[in-house]
Amino acid sequence: MSHNSTLKHAEAAAQFINDEPRTNWHDETLWFVRQKRDKAAHGLPEWEQLREWASQVKNHTLSNLDNYLKEFESKAQDNGVIVHWAADAEEHNRIIYDIIAHHKIKKIVKSKSMLTEECGLNEFLHTKGIETVDTDLGERIVQFRNEPPSHIVLPAIHLKKQDVSDTFHEHLNTEKGNNDPQYLTEAARQHLREKFIESELAITGVNFAIAETGGFVVCTNEGNADMGAHAAKIHIACMGFEKMIPRAEHLSVFLRLLARSATGQPITTYSSHFHKPRQGQEMHIVIVDNGRSRQLGRADFRNSLKCIRCAACFNTCPVYRRSGGHSYHTAVAGPIGSILNPNIDMRANADLPFASTLCGSCSNVCPVKIDIHDQLWKWRQVLVAEGYVDTTKKVGLKGMAFLLARPGLYRFAGKAGRAVMRLFPWIVNNKLNPWYKQREMPAPPKQSFRDWYLQNKKQ
Amino acid sequence: MNVGLFIPCYIDQFYPNVGIATLQLLEKLGCNVSFPLNQTCCGQPMANSGFASLSKSCDKNFVSNFRGFDYIVGPSGSCVLHLKEHLHVEQHSGEAEHIRKHVYELTEFLVDVLKVEKLNASFPYKVGLHNSCHGQRGLHLSSMSERNLPAFSKPQQLLSMVKGLELKMPSRPDECCGFGGTFCVFEEAVSVKMGKDRIADHANNDIQYITGGDTSCLMHLEGILKRNGSKVKTIHIAEILNSNA
Repeated sequence: MSHNSTLKHAEAAAQFINDEPRTNWHDETLWFVRQKRDKAAHGLPEWEQLREWASQVKNHTLSNLDNYLKEFESKAQDNGVIVHWAADAEEHNRIIYDIIAHHKIKKIVKSKSMLTEECGLNEFLHTKGIETVDTDLGERIVQFRNEPPSHIVLPAIHLKKQDVSDTFHEHLNTEKGNNDPQYLTEAARQHLREKFIESELAITGVNFAIAETGGFVVCTNEGNADMGAHAAKIHIACMGFEKMIPRAEHLSVFLRLLARSATGQPITTYSSHFHKPRQGQEMHIVIVDNGRSRQLGRADFRNSLKCIRCAACFNTCPVYRRSGGHSYHTAVAGPIGSILNPNIDMRANADLPFASTLCGSCSNVCPVKIDIHDQLWKWRQVLVAEGYVDTTKKVGLKGMAFLLARPGLYRFAGKAGRAVMRLFPWIVNNKLNPWYKQREMPAPPKQSFRDWYLQNKKQ
Repeated sequence: MNVGLFIPCYIDQFYPNVGIATLQLLEKLGCNVSFPLNQTCCGQPMANSGFASLSKSCDKNFVSNFRGFDYIVGPSGSCVLHLKEHLHVEQHSGEAEHIRKHVYELTEFLVDVLKVEKLNASFPYKVGLHNSCHGQRGLHLSSMSERNLPAFSKPQQLLSMVKGLELKMPSRPDECCGFGGTFCVFEEAVSVKMGKDRIADHANNDIQYITGGDTSCLMHLEGILKRNGSKVKTIHIAEILNSNA
């Protein structure tokens, strides 16, 4: 289910915060995950070294991506895998549909793949009359509710036990009001087992694609990628082209960083290595661009493609924790989404780089050292230059810049306006002023520092 | 040592006592301090809103005010970080570079340049420290909870020299307060919620003051405290280090 909301981040966040107890719960739940991450990261003396290595391997790979992709394709083909290339979301969806149509498939299971969310695969297949069952527990929950995931690792983190209970009561006929997590999980397990057994085709994502072997690794905690891929006669793995790493040995860096950064686990429960189709099975890999080569060409933003989708930046972000993933109205929310999505659609996502205080915590937790908060700053400059910022903001800041560039005028405005704070266009003491809605104004002093200095200090 | 005193615009206009405390403190510690009279703003409000192109005249004005000093010192981590990262004037690139390399936030100047080891200050109150993000993560005034590196804190080191002061750290020692420049009005709901949560964390320690190195964060927290009728006050770290209560 994709986002069709036209609300901008600030408005959607304000709606989220209206329910303050729930906002507190959301904040504390994700902060708990951040603390687990800290414990895992601080337990490894070589943590900062691992981050540096991961960053260097990814930088190197991005600089030699064409060669690694070709090497990967040829090795995968040698292994008997069918490799497809998709320039954009539409081509990605069409390739998958063609495989489904060719084999006259009816039953499809899909493990978590943010790429297929980005491409809107489920909705596309739905328009063709084909239903896909998401098999990650969190994803299945939001799929029942006709909602998009709110988090790339914890898709249903915006929901509480009782929400899940209500959803399962409606869709799986569980007891009304039974919020016991074990009971609910067991119901989902029985339901999904059936789907796995029936399925003819399994779609998975890819966490790492290895150039030297043509193999790929899929990480899950629930084993649902394996259940799907092992039961179905066709396996399609979808990957953005930045998932590439040169050699299998580099997994020893990335697998140690990924789960620790994501949830504080030393490693995901399943790190499944796929190389070739088993006898009688058909295996496909779809390699997708969808704007990535454009991002690779933007010097300031190319290294956002180092991302391994751990979501540590979500969990640490004080804005994300208090606004919820849906307020970002994109498949990938949070700080990393705010630097990836303007590349996909600048107009639709122009609000996202401003949904941050630039506190810098995201860059600090990033296991591959993406300078996320600096890129948020740089996207703001690009969006203003390209004309995607609303005019009231522009007029206010232009007026302010004009004043601050003229010391005499600045002092005059300060003197004349200190009582009403006219110097700062957004600090005006009335009900329309967002500052004043929930905050008092600073009490205006008798004199400015400069006036005091002239009176007391200047010889 | 010639020090140019940089007093950010909102401190000049709304919080002159922070400027006065900074000046007096630097003089007490033996610096020869001047306040260039035509200074206005570092340009950060425009640049952080995406209008870096509009801050060119501010940059020029800053360089013409602050050329020729050994050091430039300001009581704001955020403004100082902005200057360090973004102050560029084409016609005066050498002078701009000198400023970028010699502009200091007050507490880092006291610890790293003046190497202050004792202060004649007393402030007999329970105080919570708010680590401002730009000072902490940008200028590295203290270690950061996300990184796996040795622990240190320049502001805490200085506060420990103040007689009578009882320092209490909140349970989340370096979470953002939500000010964020124009974020505070364009994302009003999240901004205020973040501020309320910081205050609640400090309030658990039963403190009388919240201090920090950035008046902007403190102004935001003060606005929320006052609206809610709290007895907790905000105070800039310069005022504590200069105090003799």
